[in-house]
Amino acid sequence: MLSVQDNNSPVEFSPELISKFDDVVSRYPEGKQKSALLPVLHMVQAEFGWVSAPAMDKVAEYLDIQPIEVYEVASFYTMYFLKPQGKYMLEVCRTGPCGIVGADKIMDHIEETLGVKEGEVTPDGLFSWRGVECLAACGYGPVLQIGPEYTFYENLTNESVDKLIGDLKAKANN
Amino acid sequence: MGRKLLLEHINVPGINTFDVYRSKGGYAAVEKALKTLTPDEVVEEVKKSGLRGRGGAGFPTGMKWGFLAKPEGVPRYLVCNADESEPGTFKDRYLMTYIPHLLIEGMIVASYALGAKTSYIYVRGEMMPQIRILEKAIAEAKNAGFLGKNILGTGYDLELYVQPGGGAYICGEETALLESLEGKRGNPRIKPPFPAIAGLYGCPTVVNNVESIAAVVPIINDGGEEYAKIGIGRSTGTKLISAGGNLKRPGVYEIELGVPVEEFIYGDDYCQGIANGKRLKAVVAGGSSVPILPANLILKTINNEARLMSYESLADGGFVSGTMMGSGGFIAYDEDQCIVRNTWNFARFYHHESCGQCSPCREGTGWMEKVLHRLEYGHGKMSDMDLLVDVSKKIEGNTICPLGDAAAWPVASAIRHFRDEFEWHVTNAGEAVTKNYGLANYADPLPKLETAE
Repeated sequence: MLSVQDNNSPVEFSPELISKFDDVVSRYPEGKQKSALLPVLHMVQAEFGWVSAPAMDKVAEYLDIQPIEVYEVASFYTMYFLKPQGKYMLEVCRTGPCGIVGADKIMDHIEETLGVKEGEVTPDGLFSWRGVECLAACGYGPVLQIGPEYTFYENLTNESVDKLIGDLKAKANN
Repeated sequence: MGRKLLLEHINVPGINTFDVYRSKGGYAAVEKALKTLTPDEVVEEVKKSGLRGRGGAGFPTGMKWGFLAKPEGVPRYLVCNADESEPGTFKDRYLMTYIPHLLIEGMIVASYALGAKTSYIYVRGEMMPQIRILEKAIAEAKNAGFLGKNILGTGYDLELYVQPGGGAYICGEETALLESLEGKRGNPRIKPPFPAIAGLYGCPTVVNNVESIAAVVPIINDGGEEYAKIGIGRSTGTKLISAGGNLKRPGVYEIELGVPVEEFIYGDDYCQGIANGKRLKAVVAGGSSVPILPANLILKTINNEARLMSYESLADGGFVSGTMMGSGGFIAYDEDQCIVRNTWNFARFYHHESCGQCSPCREGTGWMEKVLHRLEYGHGKMSDMDLLVDVSKKIEGNTICPLGDAAAWPVASAIRHFRDEFEWHVTNAGEAVTKNYGLANYADPLPKLETAE
């Protein structure tokens, strides 16, 4: 399942990134630095776009824990991408309340517009999309989010999705 | 319109900043608690208020605080559960987005009451915008002397941190949350010991929902007895209801507990009825985990009394004809919605979110999803309904944490109340793929109900 095992490109953490890690570690009692694992993985993903095996090994080294302790966490939580994604990952809520106000149709529209299936990356490397479970915005559905900022787009229509994709393309090409 | 205790100032411009929040009487509860009350007196006020946990279980908050062990020389922790992920529920996101200082103020008072020197707010990872909002609010409060060393010169020290999750529904279960906060997979712990004895890092810990913590602020400002006067019976105070689905005006509403369900759905002050002039078919009243009810049973109890938005009234009739308040995630379904499809959707959710520790949940949720999928897509059998009930019964009560129950109840209740619609999916398999069963006899006027089996 961990396809990242195949990817051995070395990873370096910048001093700025390390100092952000240090800040997180300082929130916990001495010896409990493992608590920083989830926030640190978020920072790694924000920096590199995904979480590779070499990056996880580096995190293990930084937190002074075993690599397996990082792998098991990164593969348990759905927010961490264990393979490269498009620059913009459109995550559409597909659960109950969003489901009854048209989430499926929005996902069909995104699939058609981007021309790639769920989990795949567009040839230009800009977009991926996937259905995710409840995003706690049930009154404003259908909704989607885009990391690493996790900006929310609510009350989606085909038109607003087209505009969003157009805007992101323009932003990426500038 | 009832009294507003949490959202009174929600429309004041800039209420998300410290200065505006303070100018509207914010942080008065911190001053009152730290300067005039002992920690035990704060706990006592919360006990008197009758406040029940707003995360879903409805356990009395004051009593939970009373269980906290206080061994000498061992740190104690308060952890706020902001891992809001129950389908239908989005009140905590709303509160943290628009009035973050209410949560910070509640955290300071509650931490003081429990003797915690370090407290954490565990926010679901997808809520990065809310995490940034809370971190800014914490910095403002610290700058004003309400956090850090020697708060308001009282000698009380408190550090408050925000911790992001990683996108796992199970981490809303308090022991899974603590595992996650320790940097591990979110596998719920076997209890006992309860977190009050051995929680975060093995130390005594209280885990409370965002809204429960926020409610401590009006309780301390007005006194527990005043708070208990609001509401009805053992459902005291106000509650945030997340209203979604096919409603004309979905959103977050603060209600005085005891408002009739009918008024909440159709009233001008609340949801203003069903969107697009449709009729109401069914309601999930407390988040996806609670039993779904057809319109007639959510509006009136089996004894033909008006059903109220309170813990007791929603539960009236038990699981035969009632439901639960849960986390207050209120989802309305109009006549065009398919109950089989919705049940399959929920079953898929629970299968996806099962942590995999306990076989009944790990395997059972997968089977329920598969069987519901084949029913929805025209390959079901008449025996499938009994099979689903059988599987749900084998999950319920047989797991470490309540996710198993939460997965079982929506399936069992949908079949209990909508069996004819499930059977129609088998007998009219071809038709069921292209059209919906419709309203049938689920809505008003009330059909004569069979007595409970």
